[in-house]
Amino acid sequence: MKRLKNFLFLLAAVPVMAFAAGATVHLDKAPVNPGDQDSLQRGARMFVNYCLNCHSASAMRYSRLEDLGLTEDQIKANLMFAAEKPGETMKVGMTKSDAKSWFGATPPDLSVIARSRGADWLYTYLRGFYRDDTRATGWNNTVFDKVGMPHVLWNLQGEMVPHYKEEGGHQVIERLELAKPGSVTLAEYDAMVGDLVNYLVWMGEPAQVQRKQLGVIVLIFLGLFFVVAYYLKKEFWKDIH
Amino acid sequence: MSALQKMMGWIDDRLPLTATYKAHLSEYYAPKNFNFWYFFGSLALLVLVIQIVTGIFLTMNYKPDAELAFISVEYIMRDVEWGWLIRYMHSTGASMFFVVVYLHMFRGLMYGSYRKPRELIWIFGVLIYLMLMAEAFLGYLLPWGQMSFWGAQVIVNLFAAVPFIGEDLSIWIRGDYVISDATLNRFFAFHVIALPLVLIALVAVHLVALHEVGSNNPDGVEIKKHKDPVTHIPLDGIPFHPYYTVKDIVGVIVFLMVFSAILFFAPEMGGYFLEAANFVPADPLKTPEHIAPLWYFTPFYAILRAVPPLFGSQFPGVVAMGLSIVFLFFLPWLDRSKVKSIRYRGPIYKIALALFIVSFIGLGYLGLLPSTPVATIFAQVFSVIYFLFFLLMPWYTSIDKTKPEPERVTG
Repeated sequence: MKRLKNFLFLLAAVPVMAFAAGATVHLDKAPVNPGDQDSLQRGARMFVNYCLNCHSASAMRYSRLEDLGLTEDQIKANLMFAAEKPGETMKVGMTKSDAKSWFGATPPDLSVIARSRGADWLYTYLRGFYRDDTRATGWNNTVFDKVGMPHVLWNLQGEMVPHYKEEGGHQVIERLELAKPGSVTLAEYDAMVGDLVNYLVWMGEPAQVQRKQLGVIVLIFLGLFFVVAYYLKKEFWKDIH
Repeated sequence: MSALQKMMGWIDDRLPLTATYKAHLSEYYAPKNFNFWYFFGSLALLVLVIQIVTGIFLTMNYKPDAELAFISVEYIMRDVEWGWLIRYMHSTGASMFFVVVYLHMFRGLMYGSYRKPRELIWIFGVLIYLMLMAEAFLGYLLPWGQMSFWGAQVIVNLFAAVPFIGEDLSIWIRGDYVISDATLNRFFAFHVIALPLVLIALVAVHLVALHEVGSNNPDGVEIKKHKDPVTHIPLDGIPFHPYYTVKDIVGVIVFLMVFSAILFFAPEMGGYFLEAANFVPADPLKTPEHIAPLWYFTPFYAILRAVPPLFGSQFPGVVAMGLSIVFLFFLPWLDRSKVKSIRYRGPIYKIALALFIVSFIGLGYLGLLPSTPVATIFAQVFSVIYFLFFLLMPWYTSIDKTKPEPERVTG
């Protein structure tokens, strides 16, 4: 009986175990809306201006940006700096060995980064840089400790410094505080990062808008087909008892 | 005689077309009392067709090359016309295959479909299940993501745990000292041609054996015992076509609605059908923090981890994992009950089956989690129950108080 009790007690602990397995840094919810073309266009502009210098998106063709309501001429004039033809993929000039020696790691390709990291992680990460003079770049990050990437958006956000608190004998970062303001307010910065993350989510699967639209049509069709099939079955089976 | 009849006569003199159609469809008499659980056989066949057709189209654009595999999948998702749809049908189909096969097997356990005279149908079925697992494992390497690579690494390393020959065996399987381009190419060959051929052959014999003895039913009684004295048609049998074809169409549509809801609105299924870590290209130098197999393998993975290593060797765990499948083959002879269906079984079998299902699902859940001391205790308890279900079956099925079976099906 005692053993059974222990077992039941353990059974009650199952949800706790699941929680413990997933316990990591708190992530903020990213404002993702792949249907918002204005936001995606702003995000695309940020992406080519800030990310595409070091990070490639080798599965993404410039021409696909037409899905965001842009014309080929607009893409060529405003978003294409490193390629000659819109059909090319988003590559970078930096070699892997250079990247490795400059940053200690090769910057990952960002084509499907939103699918591996998740939107919330990216949104929190890009807002989680703080000053850390022990790091070679001068920057550290709340979600990605000792990250090789410097704070590329620092002149927008400004410089954040950590505010520590005591927890179990350790110093942990409670929150970041603005030490030196950037060119935009923190609220504006959050919105800009939101647009960028929205773009990254879209770029992770450009077909996702079409996918959901088609899904609605398919389900409506199947719903109608079900009614026909159901009555067909009923008609055939009425003589079976 | 019409031209069509003449043509059919010409063919039938040379090929048993009409006879085959009659034997397997229009004059194959299935029990009239099939319930919900009898949809999953035909659904498994449907998913097999989906996998083969989408697989052919994927093969046209996929590159089995360690340098190109990952990006070629992304090109399929972006540049190939309807490529995203084909790829998601295939990835959703893989998981849904296991969903319908598990439900199909559970049906067999409930209604005693493995019992005499259907032992061979059951054995072919377990072989299909084994092939399906091999097929899924091989296919999962092909996208060449981090989980593809490290999952394959973990599983192939299991072979290295075999005493004496293990190391050579695992190198022979990989074709290299690590999972590499050579491994990817041979897995591709097995995944797209070798195993599908075996799978189709096994499905064919599974069906031929089924149609030879006839289908079981929720009452577990033989409909062939009571035939019409004149026509020799089972009194409780109805022709598969049109009755079960029209019924299965309804099941197919409901299934496709579930399938489409996943495919179009949650193709990753929260990371269970497509893992987030598999959107990172394979990197032999970077081991992921947590390597979990896909959900349909996790019960066996949990059994593997539940068994403590012996002299530092994982071999006992590998044996236990192997045995957990091998026991399925002996089910027809382990079950000594007088009745087949759960409807007429006593309470002991019902409890045993319930415990078995809870353990199997529990193991599946634990296999997804990182190993912790508490999780290991759970996995050990569930593994013991899993094996006791088989080992004690001859005993508990023979002492169980059964109810009398009806003579005819009860509808």
